[in-house]
Amino acid sequence: MNWLTNFVRPKIRALVSKRETPENLWEKCPSCGQMVFHRDLEANHRVCPQCDYHFRLSPRERLTQMFDDGRYERVEVPEVAADPLKFRDSKRYADRLKESRTKTDEHEAMVIAVGRLGGLETVMAAQDFGFMGGSMGLAVGEALIKAAEEAVSRHAPLVVIAAAGGARMQEGVLSLMQMPRSVIAVDDVREAGLPYISILTDPTTGGVTASYAMLGDISIAEPGALIGFAGPRVIENTIRESLPEGFQRAEYLLEHGMLDLVVHRRDLRTALTHLLALLTSAEAIRDVPPATDPLLALPSGAHLDGVA
Amino acid sequence: MEAFLDFEKPIAELENKIRELRHLADTGDADIGEEVARLEAKAGALLVDTYANLTPWQKTQVARHPNRPHFGDYVSRLIDGFTPLAGDRAYGDDPAIRGGLGRFRGRPVMVIGHERGNGTEGRIRHNFGMAQPEGYRKAARLMKLADRFGIAILTFVDTPGAYPGIGAEERGQSEAIARSIETCLSLSVPLLSVVIGEGGSGGAIALASGNRVMMLEHAIYSVISPEGCASILWRSAEHARQAAEALKLTARDLMGFGVIDTVIDEPVGGAHRSPPGAIDATGDAIEAAFMSLDNLDGGQLKSSRREKFLKMGRNGLYGGPNRA
Ligand SMILES: [Zn+2]
Repeated sequence: MNWLTNFVRPKIRALVSKRETPENLWEKCPSCGQMVFHRDLEANHRVCPQCDYHFRLSPRERLTQMFDDGRYERVEVPEVAADPLKFRDSKRYADRLKESRTKTDEHEAMVIAVGRLGGLETVMAAQDFGFMGGSMGLAVGEALIKAAEEAVSRHAPLVVIAAAGGARMQEGVLSLMQMPRSVIAVDDVREAGLPYISILTDPTTGGVTASYAMLGDISIAEPGALIGFAGPRVIENTIRESLPEGFQRAEYLLEHGMLDLVVHRRDLRTALTHLLALLTSAEAIRDVPPATDPLLALPSGAHLDGVA
Repeated sequence: MEAFLDFEKPIAELENKIRELRHLADTGDADIGEEVARLEAKAGALLVDTYANLTPWQKTQVARHPNRPHFGDYVSRLIDGFTPLAGDRAYGDDPAIRGGLGRFRGRPVMVIGHERGNGTEGRIRHNFGMAQPEGYRKAARLMKLADRFGIAILTFVDTPGAYPGIGAEERGQSEAIARSIETCLSLSVPLLSVVIGEGGSGGAIALASGNRVMMLEHAIYSVISPEGCASILWRSAEHARQAAEALKLTARDLMGFGVIDTVIDEPVGGAHRSPPGAIDATGDAIEAAFMSLDNLDGGQLKSSRREKFLKMGRNGLYGGPNRA
């Protein structure tokens, strides 16, 4: 890598990035097919105004939506061994990694940040489905461990926003070992007496669901998110039956007792802030609007009178 | 009836020839003793040679061999007075994971493991070792029980993976696996895990987050089955052979990665040719592993187990971090 590729390329990329080009002023909703004007989509937390489909978010978009004033500081994740298996299928894993890095402008599939939620310092880890399906390999495991260490040392709650197809196959059994490693990470937060909140977004499946994502002190999912251990196609091929309506969707899991809440993205920040303030006995929270969902408790005492 | 694997065909042919010659000898012709001895030596050498050079895909087939000793075989040869304990106290009892108390060479132990079952009926009853959430919840319950009474835990891992079904998902397969891993990591008693056949993904690690993890020589342990990996990355399960190579799923590979602690040698021709030999060798490895942990107190057992997993992927593995 030379100076040009390192420093000039990203800027050029930013200038011509997809969102800025005129043909991308409109985005097609993958659910209802409606063309949505990008400003309307941004204003609506990247949720389709027509059908409520929650678009997948990059970690940057997610962290900006969640933290107070959209402000946060990134936490550097220690470097891990690259391509330990020297894996290759139709393509080299090393090349797939490079492509994902170029495409996302991120180094790996989990971004760690520290910021404030209603004034309360919080560590957040956001998984990037756009980076090789968000898959958990050494880097994601290491990011979770780092996020947990950061939470413990700052005495701050940990929020993990999961989005992944599962383990990073290209790292073989070492990706499987990230399951116990991530469990150790979130348990360290718990043992420090701090809340660990898991937010499951579309999709969260495989080894990611079967480790940290399902171990939250409180587990919240976004509406319609696909959440499960085995993927729906694998199940269909195994049992040779069609799957029930809404199977493995957030609402289905809620009905089956696997989640605490399903929260619309526009209320997510409010609900999270409120819960964290309660769990940490923090002072009254600031600058957070009341939730629009009447099922969710309102964030400030002044509003509580109106709740039935 | 011996079940031969496809790569064992030359061995099977030699053994057939030996059988035919013996049959001839029985019917009168006495002049073939030398020929039988020569063929037997040849078959023996071929068996040694074949099993010393198994490819990852061949090991996958050996690991899944129907005659390979399973959980029940290990328990009946290694555990005295095994008393099975059933149920998850929430929904049911899963026959794909068995557990119970007994004595291993005098030491009280909680034994837990996947049971693949023997014979068609047995395999169906135990669902081919593919567990439901109840199985993992039973495992976690038994581990906690052992922990309370200071009883060491021994797990045998042998599963194609957790069962992918509607009910399994509805009852929280992911949560059950996650809690089982969490329980493994919380224990203040020794936890030893032996991968005796197939260590299939999350369904395996749920029982194998132990202080010492051992593997039989021809066992495999992987994040995904070669067939599953091939159908995703090569878009065809027919590339399973290549996927098995790429996944680095053999005991030797895992030893190199620092993911397992011990490789247990199998008898010539694999555990399925001599189950007692394989089980006794496993017993010796278990005894040595228990003894290596005897001087650690509860806190040390828990913290060293956590450190062991935290280390994986950090500096020191494969000569330290390097950029792509
Ligand atoms: Zn829509």
